[in-house]
Amino acid sequence: MRLCVLGAGAVGSAVVELAAEHGHAVTAFADSESAAVDADGLDADAVLSKKRDDGVVGEAPPEAVFDAAYDVLVEATPTTLGDAEPGFSHVERALADDRDVVLANKGPVAERYADLRALEAESEGTVRFGATVGGALPILSTIEDVGPSRVSAVYGVLNGTANFVLSRMAAEGLDYEHVLAEAQDLGVAEADPTFDVDGTDTALKGVIVANVLSDGETEFTLDDADVEGIQELSGSMLDLAQEDGQTIRLIVEVADGGVRVGPRLVPENGAVAPSGTENAVQIEADYCGRLGITGRGAGGPETASAVLTDVERLTD
Amino acid sequence: MSEVHNDVQAYTLRLELVDEPGELLRSLQPIAEHGGNLLSIFHERGNVTPRGYIPVEVDIEATPDRFDNIVEGLSDAGINVIQAGTERYSERLTIILSGHLIETDLSDTLTQIEATRNATVTDISLSAPAGSIDVSSARFQLAAASGATEEVLAAMREIADEKDLQLVEPLTVGGRA
Repeated sequence: MRLCVLGAGAVGSAVVELAAEHGHAVTAFADSESAAVDADGLDADAVLSKKRDDGVVGEAPPEAVFDAAYDVLVEATPTTLGDAEPGFSHVERALADDRDVVLANKGPVAERYADLRALEAESEGTVRFGATVGGALPILSTIEDVGPSRVSAVYGVLNGTANFVLSRMAAEGLDYEHVLAEAQDLGVAEADPTFDVDGTDTALKGVIVANVLSDGETEFTLDDADVEGIQELSGSMLDLAQEDGQTIRLIVEVADGGVRVGPRLVPENGAVAPSGTENAVQIEADYCGRLGITGRGAGGPETASAVLTDVERLTD
Repeated sequence: MSEVHNDVQAYTLRLELVDEPGELLRSLQPIAEHGGNLLSIFHERGNVTPRGYIPVEVDIEATPDRFDNIVEGLSDAGINVIQAGTERYSERLTIILSGHLIETDLSDTLTQIEATRNATVTDISLSAPAGSIDVSSARFQLAAASGATEEVLAAMREIADEKDLQLVEPLTVGGRA
């Protein structure tokens, strides 16, 4: 397949780097300022080092990518709330041209799911977004395989940064600010970790799951989620939990037509208390009971591999 | 003709009493008042709980309706009912409250939790870090009537809201606590 990759952050760059290995060519690549286009396939090393050295991917304006020859648009620009722009317009343009779309950007599926599905219905193209929830973990594809109508609840940890902070607080008895600063030094937490620690990122993923489960009957957006973060937790609260064989994790619950995110007491060595930056999700489904998926979720190469898996599924 | 729900059944009550004279007698009064028939009392005088309570096991006979009144009567009298019958208080729940616990009157918080229908506090652990005069945290272990977990948690949310405390709830999706 010929890929048009929008967004040159960790995920977009990793898609460009790994595409050839998966048998795909990247014919267009853009960041917010510039674009590189080559109908025969771009040289991944060349465009990525240009981005590293010069801060741009090429000489063309970003819009040039839509005129390129491509089969699949990979939307990996930063997630935005509300109107989900500019990601949503990128998707709209690709679908209008009857191309397929693979999203790593959570915005369009979390904030404008109905609009997105309506555009898809008008297009020859298909939208896939497995990478938006749990990165490389096959959460949405498992729900798809089991059948959304058979899934009664999905819950667990979907943010590696918050999980890292809480597991360090529990292990070292340290307070929130201390551990967060350490996580930033280690590069685990971003310079502005607001969305990770206030529950927004986790909630967006929960909303996406809720949209998939509801299968168009009810549309969910971030406003429909009940969200609480981990900023107010103290080391002594984790100690108290530990005395009882429990710990505290930032948990998303998608069940009974609602999305709820907040710190929850969970068994210390239980299925939804992963360590470090791991994610861990439980899917409850009719007949098959509880399915657990645990592993490293986010990260450039991890999420890029999920994007490329979605590209593969388009051909099925 | 006697209907099934009026049949007399045997129940076991597990109580925890304060180690004070007269407590045992006081705990038996609600049973007598509400028409329970005492079968046996096992007073574990030498087996004090970590919190300094004395466990007592009482076997009684009563109709289901009367049994409910007895449990309510015991709670009203301020007696800790750890287990009542086979089904009641079968769910164990842990919550953590944090904030100005001491300033906002911990014993009042406790009283409010105890006043919640379908739940009783079985253990408390308080953490008030040295040097911090304001923010402290406490873990409450609750025994909730079976099936009443959501109702009990909703009551906890109200108490936390009213006292401006942070509440960390257990994960209970799918009925687990």
